Amino acid sequence: MSKTYYDPADLRKFGNITEWSEELGNKFFDYYGKVFEEGALTAREKSLIALAVAHTEQCPYCIDAYTKDGLQRGVTKEEMMEAIHVGAAIKSGATLVHGVQMMNKVNKLDG
Amino acid sequence: MATATKSLKKQGSELAKSNKQLEILSNGIFQNGELPTFKKKISETNQFPLKAKKLEILQINVGYMCNQVCDHCHVDAGPDRKEIMTRDTMRQCLEVIKNTGAHTLDLTGGAPEMNPDFRWFVEEAAKAGIKDFIVRSNLTIIRANKKYYDLPDFFKKHNVHVVSSMPHWTRGKTDKQRGDGVFDKSIKALQELNDRGYGMPDSDLRLDLVYNPSGAFLPGDQASMEKDFKKALLEDFNIHFHNLFAITNLPIARFLDYLIASENYEDYMYQLVEAYNPAAVENVMCTNTLSVSWDGYLFDCDFNQMLELPVNSKVKHISEYNEDLLEGRNIVISQHCYGCTAGAGSSCQGSVA
Repeated sequence: MSKTYYDPADLRKFGNITEWSEELGNKFFDYYGKVFEEGALTAREKSLIALAVAHTEQCPYCIDAYTKDGLQRGVTKEEMMEAIHVGAAIKSGATLVHGVQMMNKVNKLDG
Repeated sequence: MATATKSLKKQGSELAKSNKQLEILSNGIFQNGELPTFKKKISETNQFPLKAKKLEILQINVGYMCNQVCDHCHVDAGPDRKEIMTRDTMRQCLEVIKNTGAHTLDLTGGAPEMNPDFRWFVEEAAKAGIKDFIVRSNLTIIRANKKYYDLPDFFKKHNVHVVSSMPHWTRGKTDKQRGDGVFDKSIKALQELNDRGYGMPDSDLRLDLVYNPSGAFLPGDQASMEKDFKKALLEDFNIHFHNLFAITNLPIARFLDYLIASENYEDYMYQLVEAYNPAAVENVMCTNTLSVSWDGYLFDCDFNQMLELPVNSKVKHISEYNEDLLEGRNIVISQHCYGCTAGAGSSCQGSVA
């Protein structure tokens, strides 16, 4: 067994998940492929969204995959970093907006 | 990737030797069976051996000397390379150009313009009236020295189809791959070509750009990249061009050196093999192209030329050229060929599938 939880080579084996649940696995990959097709959003825009979400989800496989995907689409490093800041802003905003809940509680209990 | 100033050959690097490169491409992950060899892969779809079809494109490399030392260069070209086609070999090429059934003549290098007999050769070759006469110009050569300033007019006079490398529409990515100042010079050169009518909408003066990735990743979809390049170059610099060819970097010469040094070699080979597309094999360029080296020898493609893998035919040299004898020959392959069959495929004319 590997002594680490993550192995970069495992990303290449992602497709193997269908082996233990073929129907669900295939449905997922069909859906996944469809989501990233050019639509109302361009494939390039979707790639940047995926990169930002990969960071908020802190998925190392997804970060590897969508950094490379972005490079293949000609996305610049400045665009990538800005996209990550969007994810970070929502993530920290989501934390801070709960401060209102704390304030409400304090006001109710100790106002 | 850092920009070098000397070719691998000048540095005395082991990787300047073609047999060393071929050894790397045959060993490791391809020897232990982790990845299938190219021969095995195309055999699975009954596409082995690859056979040369009717010749359509005659590509002539007039020398490895170049004013640039690009990181990814499969030729290992640079100012220190001395391999230059002589006028005598050019004369032998002209005999073939006059009689060939090929519809495209494609001059490449190095920077072909640095060959002292380049203009003479273009003037003579243009007389043959081949339908599509390409010169692969790196753009900066036009601004490199006063003696090259009139190249746009020269190209126009001979109705040359200009195909030029442009790694990205931003300065940073372009200069990283091709050297400081390359972006600004390239923009200026493109504007001068546009001024002569090159690349303008509805113009017959063809100007196409070649995009190849700046690192260890494959090119994206050619049509999408073309759209992005056109939008950015028009908005930022009022530059027009016709088509963008997205070309995959093949793991040879300086790109192979970079892949190994950056520990990307195995991942890159995995990417190429995973993106293998049998439909691209059908139209791979070696089946309709012949590559002539600076000293007149014949190869299935420019990459095989750099790996010193000559054509598998009785005819080895331009002086003994015979189109009928060359047709149907078995193409010489190795693992670098995966570069031309990945995704939408790759050729000197861009995607093939």
